[in-house]
Parts: sequence; C-alpha cells; structure tokens
Amino acid sequence: MLLIACPWCGPRDEAEFHYGPEAHHDHPADPALLSDEEWGRYLFFHDNTHGPRAERCCHSAGCRRWFHTVRDTAHHEILAVHRIGEPKPETA
Amino acid sequence: MTAESVPRHSPLAHAAEHFRTVTRLSGGALRLAEVPYLTQLTVRAEPGGPAVPGAERALGLRLPAEPNTLTRHGSRTALWMGPDEWLVLAPPEEAGGLEDRLREALADEESAAVADVSGQRTTVLVGGPASQELLARGCALDLHPRAFRGGCAQTTLAHAPVVLVARGAQKPGFWVLVRSSYAGHLGAWLLDAATEYTSVLVREW
Ligand SMILES: [Zn+2]
Repeated sequence: MLLIACPWCGPRDEAEFHYGPEAHHDHPADPALLSDEEWGRYLFFHDNTHGPRAERCCHSAGCRRWFHTVRDTAHHEILAVHRIGEPKPETA
Repeated sequence: MTAESVPRHSPLAHAAEHFRTVTRLSGGALRLAEVPYLTQLTVRAEPGGPAVPGAERALGLRLPAEPNTLTRHGSRTALWMGPDEWLVLAPPEEAGGLEDRLREALADEESAAVADVSGQRTTVLVGGPASQELLARGCALDLHPRAFRGGCAQTTLAHAPVVLVARGAQKPGFWVLVRSSYAGHLGAWLLDAATEYTSVLVREW
C-alpha cells in the first residue's frame, strides 16, 4: 500500500485516491482549430516516462480535490506533490 | 402538504434496538446510537473571500481554514471538507431557518453557495472508552487524540466513505457520518466489530 500525501489532508492510504492521467498535458484551448495530426498528438502521444513523471491524482475518499504527484514509474516512489496551479517542483 | 404527510424514516431506524443491545452488553465500553435527521448544510465560498464573514455571522461560528479541523459553537459544528467547502451540522429543528439565514447572508455574493444536504447522510454515535479501538478495526487513520488533532476527517470505514468527527476531549467517541445508502452496511459492520466487547454477536436485522 502506498501512502500518498494529499497536499490538503496529509498522508493517506492509496485506496483513498483516484489515479489520473499525465499532468501538464493540457487540453487544447480550441480543439476545433487543430489539424487531425495535432489532435491525434494530444490524444495519443504521451511521454511514457521511465522515471519521475508528473501525474494527476484525486483524493476521492477525502477532500475530493485533484492535485499533482511526481511519481517514479520505475519503483512507485512519490517524490513530490503539488496543488493544481502550482509549478511542478524540482525533483532531481 | 403532501410531503409532510409522508412519515420520516431514518436510514438506521431498524438498527436502533441492536445498537441499544450492544451498548448494554458492552458494560460501558461502547455506546452505539443513530443520531438521525441532523441538519446538514454544505457551504461553498472562497477561503478568506468576501462571502466568509457574512456566512460566519449567519452561522454564529467561524468556518475552519485548516484542513481536517472543525469549529463548534453551542449545538452547531462546522467541518472543513475542502479548501472552499464546509459542512455545517446543527440540530434537526434548525433545518429551514439556518439555511434561509445563510442564503440571505450570501445573496449578493457571486461565488458562494449553500445547499441542504441533510438527507444525504445519517450520523452514528460511536461512543465510550472502546470507541477508538472499535473504529481502528476498519479505518486506516490514527484516531488517537494525539494524532487526530484536527477532530474531523473524510476517509473510509469498513470500505464505506465516511466523515469522522471527534466528540471532543471530555467525551470519548466519534460521530460517524455515512451516506444513507451505506448506512445499513456500516451498521451491520459496527455490530460485528462490537462482538469483542459484547461476547455475543448481536444479530443483524
Ligand atoms: Zn485530501
């Protein structure tokens, strides 16, 4: 069981959270202006990181807020958490 | 008038007798009882924003700013539910009046809201010196007063989403707010978990 530190509630069991997609991969402001290729790149092309990766996470059984984690995809260590709107922290 | 003619039925009315039996058989270790029909209002407002002071005046208590904390005044309690969200608990008879006063206070505010959510959850009193140990059987949070300092948390108990509210230093125990549709499950789980203190399983309904 992972302990995930909600930026509001503090450390809670993994079971209280809902996993979200890659963070900072923002929805295009006006998809209608995109070419098919650009839209396809937004939808289907992700970094597939091996190592620290910023992800979205929702504390669904707690404060029900979305936030970001930086998780190492190789061993699941969560290196940092940050609130929506805050810059991605440095996790060298 | 039609609505008033329908008799009210609380989600754990059928468990009242079993809760009483557990309380009696536990010899003072536990106290289980439903606290039905509490007034529950969800208040949404920008923290520190212009709507907060008016809402606080209407409620007669401060809206807690720190996550997982609560404030109390008289019979009213405000629970932190999110950075811009609170749940206000009050006695059943305050249902209409308190909501009206809040609405009036927030009438001119563009980014504030109040909603009566009294029917969403019922409340179970889990009291007595063994209450913390009982809840620990199905809850991952450390509920010892030393760790559970804020006094309230949204979490899961026996896999059901709940809001836990510590009753305060003088009275050991908790209010467990549970959605009406999960209340039967949670009631049955509490009876089962209480077996250690009653020596017999008080049968489910
Ligand atoms: Zn949280």
